[in-house]
Amino acid sequence: MVTVEEKFPKIREGLLHPKVLTAGEGPPVVFLHGAGGLRWGGFLDDLASDFTVYAPLHPGLHDPDDIRRVDTLWDLVLYHYDLFDALGLKSPAVIGHSYGGMLAAEIAATNPHIVSKLVLMNPIGFWLDEHPVLDWTAMSPEALVKAIFADPEGDIAKEYLQVPENEEEFKDFTIARTWAIACTSKFTWPIPDKGLKNRIYRVSAPSLLVWGKQDALVPPEYAKEFSDRLVNTTVRTEILDGAGHMPQFEHREKVSRLVRKFLLE
Amino acid sequence: MLDCISGGRLIAGMPLGTSADANFSYGIPPIVQRERYREAHDLIVDAWTRDEMFAFNGKYTQLRYVNVWPKPIQKPHPPIWVPGGGSSSTWDFVCEKNYCYCYLSYYGNIFATKIMQRFWERVEQNGLDANPYRAGFLQLVAVSETDEQAEKDYEKHIQYFFNKCMAVAPEFQAAPGYQDYRSLVTRIKQLSGGRAEQTGQWRDWKFKDFVDNQYVISGGPASVVDQLKDAVKRLRVGNLMVLLHIGSMPHELTLKNIEMFSKEVLPHVHDMWDDEWENHWWPEKLKTKAAAAVG
Repeated sequence: MVTVEEKFPKIREGLLHPKVLTAGEGPPVVFLHGAGGLRWGGFLDDLASDFTVYAPLHPGLHDPDDIRRVDTLWDLVLYHYDLFDALGLKSPAVIGHSYGGMLAAEIAATNPHIVSKLVLMNPIGFWLDEHPVLDWTAMSPEALVKAIFADPEGDIAKEYLQVPENEEEFKDFTIARTWAIACTSKFTWPIPDKGLKNRIYRVSAPSLLVWGKQDALVPPEYAKEFSDRLVNTTVRTEILDGAGHMPQFEHREKVSRLVRKFLLE
Repeated sequence: MLDCISGGRLIAGMPLGTSADANFSYGIPPIVQRERYREAHDLIVDAWTRDEMFAFNGKYTQLRYVNVWPKPIQKPHPPIWVPGGGSSSTWDFVCEKNYCYCYLSYYGNIFATKIMQRFWERVEQNGLDANPYRAGFLQLVAVSETDEQAEKDYEKHIQYFFNKCMAVAPEFQAAPGYQDYRSLVTRIKQLSGGRAEQTGQWRDWKFKDFVDNQYVISGGPASVVDQLKDAVKRLRVGNLMVLLHIGSMPHELTLKNIEMFSKEVLPHVHDMWDDEWENHWWPEKLKTKAAAAVG
């Protein structure tokens, strides 16, 4: 069992209050979570056996007032430069899932020297009229489940979707999930295409794209969009059959193996 | 301009805007909506009240030159009413500014009772008096000659209103972030079982159900006066926004409703609080006018 610790680095003279979950030993890897919030699962456990994993909560998720002090996508990117500095990370590998993937790509594009390797798992960041990204802010729970899992009835989906039985815990869970989407959507509303296409050419970190083939939220057609636009680095694309928007859950072992191999190369 | 054309009779309603409108239709990120609204409010009030041209350097609006003309006739500015849906941060805003709060629920006065109780608690916590005129309420009202005639006249239009005009998918009621953090926590903690509110419970309702639950106040004039007085006292509201055109109601029937309400209901309720309280949130010009018209 991996021991996960909490860190509260000080940035911007203490004006902002990040919280970072960390575990493991070895070279640093930053994991940027998706819009629904951070769930520390088996994939991060696996990573922690070879790396020191840093998983920051997006601004506002720890201290709800922080989100009012990060106004634009540019502020958000700078926030992460500051965060890397405060954690003493010179040039970590960065993994971003979904919303975190867009953010990871922005960081790697605007400041190529601070990202040694880039892993994007089902990232958002582009828009294709023929394959619209679904609106995760306005989907019924049932529709969302169908969109993000290849097998919505499977054990993995069921485990992922389990909510606390205790009423008070369930309320806290609902608040946290709603607020996570609220804070992250500040930078993606109403369409998650915020100019990455003009900047992504600058990425120089070797990149790995991991995509669940049955992702209905951000369809795998976007994988080509990313690989075509990452013109100044090497890109490997892995489309995983039998996984949706959450390949690190539905195909934990395979994703862990692919990412580990890529990061250790 | 409206204040000038009307000779100083404008009430400025400044709602935050629904999530369906502001977020989903106009593309404003829900989490910035309140801050943006308050900044816009500051800009409007500044533009009304400052004599000299000024620059407005806001987070959401930057204007190098603000120079509104004509200025409103009412000084310092027209009364501001803030319609809201029961969010506690809106209550704090109206208390801070000493504005009139209007609870806009279409679910009637019984549903509103608890919400308005909490509003008045908030007013007291803010050290303000309990003047009923600092509150308003939107109520659907349908008057006819008798209770039976009211049912005949209005039932299908009321059903149309609730089943067609109020049909909003729950996902579009409030985007995540539309409620600020504290309001979100307050709302979720108060839900029984933490599950979302049920809407659409009126799907099979008849006229009687809408009236029994007070979604609509309806009947003959005497009955409507009684229902309205009870609601006004229970909610402690000095200002009523009376919705008299409901759903599919045709022109002639709407005129009938307006006329019957004005002649046979309004005179009995308009001064319910006036022996004790003054309406500071009402244009001066309308005060004399209203008294003269009714008196």
